[in-house]
Amino acid sequence: MFRYLIRRVLWAVVLFVAVTIVSFVIFFIVPVEPARLIAGPQAPPDAVERAKKAYHLDEPVWQQYGRFMKTMIVDGSLGKSLATRQKVNDVVKRAAPVTISLVIGGAILWMLVAVPIGILSALRPRSLLDRAAMVFVLVGISAHPVWIGLILSYFVGYKLNLTPLGGYCDLINPSTDCGGPIDWFHSMILPWVTFMLLFAALYVRMIRANVLETMNEDYVRTARAKGAPESQVMRSHVLRNALLPVVTMLGMDIGLALGGAIFTESVFGLPGLGKVAVEALNGFDLPIVMGITVFATLAIIIFNLAVDLLYAVIDPRIRLS
Amino acid sequence: MALLEVNDLKTYFRTDDGIVKAVDGVSFQVEKGQTLGIVGESGCGKSVTCLTIMGLNAKRNTITSGNALFRGEDLLTMNSRRLREIRGDDVAMIFQDPMTSLNPVHTIGRQLTEAVLLHRDVTKSQARARAVELLKAVGIPRADRRIDDYPHQFSGGMRQRVMIAMALVNDPDLLIADEPTTALDVTTQAQILELMNRLQREFGSAIIIITHDLGVVAETADDVVVMYAARIAEQGTVDEIFKRPHHPYTWGLLGSLPRLDTDTERLVQIPGQPPSLLNPPRGCRFHPRCPYVMNVCKQEEPELKQVTGDHDHLQRCWLDEQTKDREAAKLLHASMAEATS
Repeated sequence: MFRYLIRRVLWAVVLFVAVTIVSFVIFFIVPVEPARLIAGPQAPPDAVERAKKAYHLDEPVWQQYGRFMKTMIVDGSLGKSLATRQKVNDVVKRAAPVTISLVIGGAILWMLVAVPIGILSALRPRSLLDRAAMVFVLVGISAHPVWIGLILSYFVGYKLNLTPLGGYCDLINPSTDCGGPIDWFHSMILPWVTFMLLFAALYVRMIRANVLETMNEDYVRTARAKGAPESQVMRSHVLRNALLPVVTMLGMDIGLALGGAIFTESVFGLPGLGKVAVEALNGFDLPIVMGITVFATLAIIIFNLAVDLLYAVIDPRIRLS
Repeated sequence: MALLEVNDLKTYFRTDDGIVKAVDGVSFQVEKGQTLGIVGESGCGKSVTCLTIMGLNAKRNTITSGNALFRGEDLLTMNSRRLREIRGDDVAMIFQDPMTSLNPVHTIGRQLTEAVLLHRDVTKSQARARAVELLKAVGIPRADRRIDDYPHQFSGGMRQRVMIAMALVNDPDLLIADEPTTALDVTTQAQILELMNRLQREFGSAIIIITHDLGVVAETADDVVVMYAARIAEQGTVDEIFKRPHHPYTWGLLGSLPRLDTDTERLVQIPGQPPSLLNPPRGCRFHPRCPYVMNVCKQEEPELKQVTGDHDHLQRCWLDEQTKDREAAKLLHASMAEATS
């Protein structure tokens, strides 16, 4: 177990370095001069040169990458934004809670919806509920999050006036006039539902397929042959096995979504990582992009590791191998 | 009254291609403490017969008729609560593939005690003690420690022992074993059969053993049912079937039995394939593969008739008895001659 953990962590480090290098290199391939952006469009050439020097943009890529890694590891700092001079750490720290609220809340909601619907559809295949669920799945998979978000915002927010149209309220230490748990919850309802519609569709389909498949397993027949009532067969024999792969997928999806739910955040004007990333990309603000990349990579790595460890707890076959 | 009495059992499956008559009018009895062997090729309906008796077929798309009286109660029509009481307590089942028949995420102890707790009003530790006792009885070494292991930590033979322990844990009156040795290697097969024979003496359970291997039947059974294409071709006591087989299909099965005591170069095989149960052949179902086929065989299906002189011996073939006795004697003589030469 311990060796397994060490191996996984070492792999995570390799992965982390690879992802940051790729992001860095991609940025240097793009034919834009960041120094020009810092100095301003009207700045004279020597001002651009000075900006280059100040931000070490005249150094070769590998040196800049080394500097980036060094300040990150030694000082724990991700640098400063080229455009606003804000500390990247602060920018990420401000945006991350928004994205985390969105993703975790969305994940709870989509699991609450997908697990019962998936199981019920599997129990009654081809029933009315199953067919309705399949329509829901098709819509959820096909529809674009921006469209879903706008529709929800228009009908629920504008026509029915039940929720805000967009915007974010801090859960704690509000920076604007709205804040606190109630406002926070209120402002997150529509983004959560949008997120839920996207993912619940995928999860319903997967849970349904897994449960259907597991119900045909020989050990389920064994359980029935023992005289176990159907509820116990489902609980103790079918679900435990059928939901194993869902855990993996959930961990991966949460990790991935934490990197920025760009569409959902954009539609609802949530100042999360996705929105910040889009703005930084438009302004070729490398330090901000790298900061978000670092955060997203860490999130993915940590969630995958957590899933693997959790898997070892819930699936005894993994433990020894 | 017989322990289990199956009368005119029919199990049909509705499929997209039509109705598959997987079991088509099967009747037999199992007496207390006796062993019945059901023999036949793959797809002849022997497993479905037993799954139907246990009520383990998928309810959707299945049509069942006839009855299966267990101590006079019909298993096919009783309510699901009563059926659950009987399943795993009075009637237990062992399946073909021990690799997939145990739940991979639970310890075998949990799976064994589940069977006890479902039917007995005992504490968990009492159930566990019973489980350990059974694991010892089926020959699992260090049973009190291995009970906390998971199925993947056992070999195939050991898992089948666990399955047998699980089936016997509530001391059932009837044990249905669906090809219990098919997935195992030959030495393990012999051990498992021996174990089942020993446990039957100890526990006094009646056994239905489903197999395609007449050798297994000869070793374990008191009575034999030979099934072909969803119907009974021949049935009788093990002596009657082995000494005086009266159906060409049984001859074929006996001829394809490998023997260690002779130096036969090739095993005899029954030519052709078992028929589709969607659309079985007219007349006798075995006629397309039968070397003794006559005109009448293609037109009319023979009744299941008693063999003259044998009390419990029934067969379904148009051939006259003299010919059948002659062929049976030839087959017996050939194997005897080979055995003594």
